[in-house]
Amino acid sequence: MTLSALNADVIVDQLNAGDLTATDCVQHFLDRIQTHNADLNAFISVSDTALEQAETIDKRRKAGESLGCLAGLPVAVKDGICVSGQPTTAGSKMLENFSAPYDATIVERLKSAGAIVIGKTNMDEFAMGSSTENSYFGSTTNPWATDRVPGGSSGGSAACVAGRLAPVAIGSDTGGSIRQPASFCGITGLKPTYGRVSRYGLIAFASSLDQIGPMTRTAKESALLMSVIAGFDPRDSTSSKEHVSDALTSLETPLKGIRIGVCRDHLHEGLHWEVKTKINDAISVFKQLGANIEEIELPHSNSAVAAYYIIAPCEASSNLARYDGVRYSFRAQANDLEEMYRNTRGQGFGDEVKQRIILGTYALSSGYYEAYYLKASKVRRLIKQDYDEAFQKVDLILGPTTPTPAFKLGQHTQDPLAMYLADIFTVSANLAGIPAMSVPVEPSSTGLPIGLQLQGRAFEENTLLRAAHQFQNETHWHMTSPAEPWRTQS
Amino acid sequence: MEDSVLNSNSNSQSNNRQTVPFNDAKIIIGLEVHVQLDTDSKLFCGCSTRFGEAANSQTCVVCTGMPGALPVINQRALELSIRTGLSLNCRIARSTKWDRKNYFYPDLPKGYQISQFDQPICGPGHLDIQTTEASGQPRRIRIERAHLEEDAGKSIHDESNDRQSSKIDLNRTGTPLLEIVTYPDIRTAAEAKAFLSELKLILNYIDVSDCNMQQGNLRCDANVNLHIPLRGQQIATPIVEIKNLNSFRAVERSITFEAQRQFEGWQENGVTIADAPKQTRGWNDHTQMTTLQREKEDSADYRYFPDPDLIAVKIEETQIKQIRSQLVQLPAILRELLVKEYNLKPDDAAVIVSQGRGVVDYFLTVADGCENSRVANNWIGQEVLRHLNESNQTIQQYPVSHQQFTELLKLVIAGTLDQTRGKEVLNAMVEHSISSEEAIKQLGIKSVDNSELVTLCETLMDENQNVVEQIRSGNEKAIGMLIGKARKKNPNANPGLVKAMLSKMITG
Ligand SMILES: [Zn+2]
Repeated sequence: MTLSALNADVIVDQLNAGDLTATDCVQHFLDRIQTHNADLNAFISVSDTALEQAETIDKRRKAGESLGCLAGLPVAVKDGICVSGQPTTAGSKMLENFSAPYDATIVERLKSAGAIVIGKTNMDEFAMGSSTENSYFGSTTNPWATDRVPGGSSGGSAACVAGRLAPVAIGSDTGGSIRQPASFCGITGLKPTYGRVSRYGLIAFASSLDQIGPMTRTAKESALLMSVIAGFDPRDSTSSKEHVSDALTSLETPLKGIRIGVCRDHLHEGLHWEVKTKINDAISVFKQLGANIEEIELPHSNSAVAAYYIIAPCEASSNLARYDGVRYSFRAQANDLEEMYRNTRGQGFGDEVKQRIILGTYALSSGYYEAYYLKASKVRRLIKQDYDEAFQKVDLILGPTTPTPAFKLGQHTQDPLAMYLADIFTVSANLAGIPAMSVPVEPSSTGLPIGLQLQGRAFEENTLLRAAHQFQNETHWHMTSPAEPWRTQS
Repeated sequence: MEDSVLNSNSNSQSNNRQTVPFNDAKIIIGLEVHVQLDTDSKLFCGCSTRFGEAANSQTCVVCTGMPGALPVINQRALELSIRTGLSLNCRIARSTKWDRKNYFYPDLPKGYQISQFDQPICGPGHLDIQTTEASGQPRRIRIERAHLEEDAGKSIHDESNDRQSSKIDLNRTGTPLLEIVTYPDIRTAAEAKAFLSELKLILNYIDVSDCNMQQGNLRCDANVNLHIPLRGQQIATPIVEIKNLNSFRAVERSITFEAQRQFEGWQENGVTIADAPKQTRGWNDHTQMTTLQREKEDSADYRYFPDPDLIAVKIEETQIKQIRSQLVQLPAILRELLVKEYNLKPDDAAVIVSQGRGVVDYFLTVADGCENSRVANNWIGQEVLRHLNESNQTIQQYPVSHQQFTELLKLVIAGTLDQTRGKEVLNAMVEHSISSEEAIKQLGIKSVDNSELVTLCETLMDENQNVVEQIRSGNEKAIGMLIGKARKKNPNANPGLVKAMLSKMITG
């Protein structure tokens, strides 16, 4: 078996056993990036210190030092997360030449566990998008069908794990940006509970919705990464002090008797027929595992996309005000201050970002604030109440991650609404702050991956990971990789 | 036809306006005071708040608005705000939250200021100020709210060469400010000044801010307009906000100027609050005038919304109780104490209290020790304060301890030292940092016994027989001449005792 076929937990075991050196491991993935990134465009930048870090790990291991639980494991990190001394662009021209002056908390934690950040992955500009087509650095392609999008905004992270350019990756999810690309690329992705993982060092899109999480091939790998990145951070006031228990130890606890809710409404309208079929097949697997399937209702979920597309742009319009050309960002030529602001922001941001800033600015303006921001906040509370009620009856909620498999590059670029509907099943979890993950089910007849979404109670990531892991014990979809060389689907 | 009617109408109104005297106009003043809280670190990051360091040396990823950096509230700033609120009789919020005030400015790194919009940490309160009103009653100025916010940075415009360049210093960015907003209860420029002085004194007593106005640690905006009685109605002139007043004098003078300017403007054009938007004006110290900065149709749209990076702060009753229990006595209480318990005149009490808690304590100890508060007040109010003022020292640096001072005053009160000799002794004590005993020795001051006094008086009478005659013939004042001469012969002789003995010997 080649190194790129191995799961992260196996790689870590081999590194610990001395069967593999960190240097060889990192070199292997750097070589794959070198060979394949031109096709995928999954990475915006590749670390020039990764090999050096690997050598250090090998030396320390040889010297008998005790190392962290990920020592020597290469990890790809979304380019919206700060890695000290590395370019951190958030997919924008605005930060094309920005080198982060500090490590995000999760990067600090990964590093101290011995993980090696091998590169920064492509993304929709400032995480605004569902296809990675809004990146200033060009679209990422889907390794399952190179004429299709990988999803977004964490499209680079999803594509590099699916294409085995990195064993595991880190993404961020504001309205589905981990789960939707995971679904499109046939990998496992977890958006943790809001507050579970520190946002310090994550370039903000919508602060009350953003959350960092793992994007991996297996649920077990996600559990492994969560054991490192989750937990309270005094530098993030919204991070939670809720106790984090080790997900790895509970993965095999039987699912017998677990109550899984299915919202029938989500298995009808607008759903691709194959998505429906494969999700129903997945439900049968859970039944075999001893789960009780129950019907639930989420009456306000049809308003979720509307509320999301008010709240997220409102916060974004303020979060992105700092890119004004005064300090570190791109600065356009101008004769006076006002012109400098106009030119910098006019030239530095892409169309989707500008559109959302305008939308958010409008919605926060006096006279409109109540009708938009406050009303959307009310809807958000109702959505959260729906979940609270549903979780009285069930332990997990199961459904499709997206209404369709990956669409073609350019298919929705002229139709923002169609693009926004790709988030229809994912945004609710962000609005409610609950954890949710996407797990691969059987692909479509044409070989396109399909994702199953599991949502759980706040801070019960372990239940999600446990259910996903045991589903993966029974299935093999997550372990299939696109055949190389990668092809277009049609 | 209609035009002429309008014209005549406005002419007659104009004539009416000309007849109103300025003194009939009521000045309506509300203040917004920005106080820099005396914390070691900034409001949302760990950077130091020290003044005068090299530009941009006290910054970090948080206060320079780097991508991904997040704010964390400084608990000390919350505590100082609560302490201030309690001292201003404010209701302290049980839950207070943070809002973003969005606007673009080069010295505002995030493109928004973290402030408090609808749930300020301190709710309504009041502050009583002393006025010169005949009634002697204090005036109560109501406080609307006090909220915490972060300061912006400083823009430095270099116009020394053709290519004008601007530089930004972010050292001040993120420094905690408490903005105290009054209701428009203030009626004169003097009251505005009195309010600020009292506020500054309180902040000083409770150790919340050093209120150094030169360093911009206390800044004030004044909202001013006039209510003018005209034919049984109150006409209000447009409200003007005078920005960034950096001294008490600027506050007083700008309000006086603005009231006059608004009155003359109204007489000229009759424009009222209904006709014109709120104006922002700046005070120019050189021209002693306010000048138009901007006229806003509506208040600028700052698009306030709750800051999603911060959580609401819950303030527990126990925390408020604890801060309240540690509150020091406020100036008003101490003034009352000095008047009621120490029999000082209100003005004298005000002088002592205005010097700060250290001087008050010094006074109280000395007054208690020498058991004569009037003498203590005279000596401290004049000699000590003059010295502190001239040498720019604090009472803690004053060379004479309260024990030494008490000892000196005891000698004066007992008549052992007269006023003049007493002051000579005090000067020696200050100059050489010595005790009263040592000073007396150094100055050669000895007590004069009765037989010496008798001899002295006899000599004086012999040498000045004509003066003695004058006194005998009823000119009692002439005795002053003898006392003067007695001082020259023996500076230690107590003039009071000399006088008593002389009059006894001369007139029997
Ligand atoms: Zn700082």
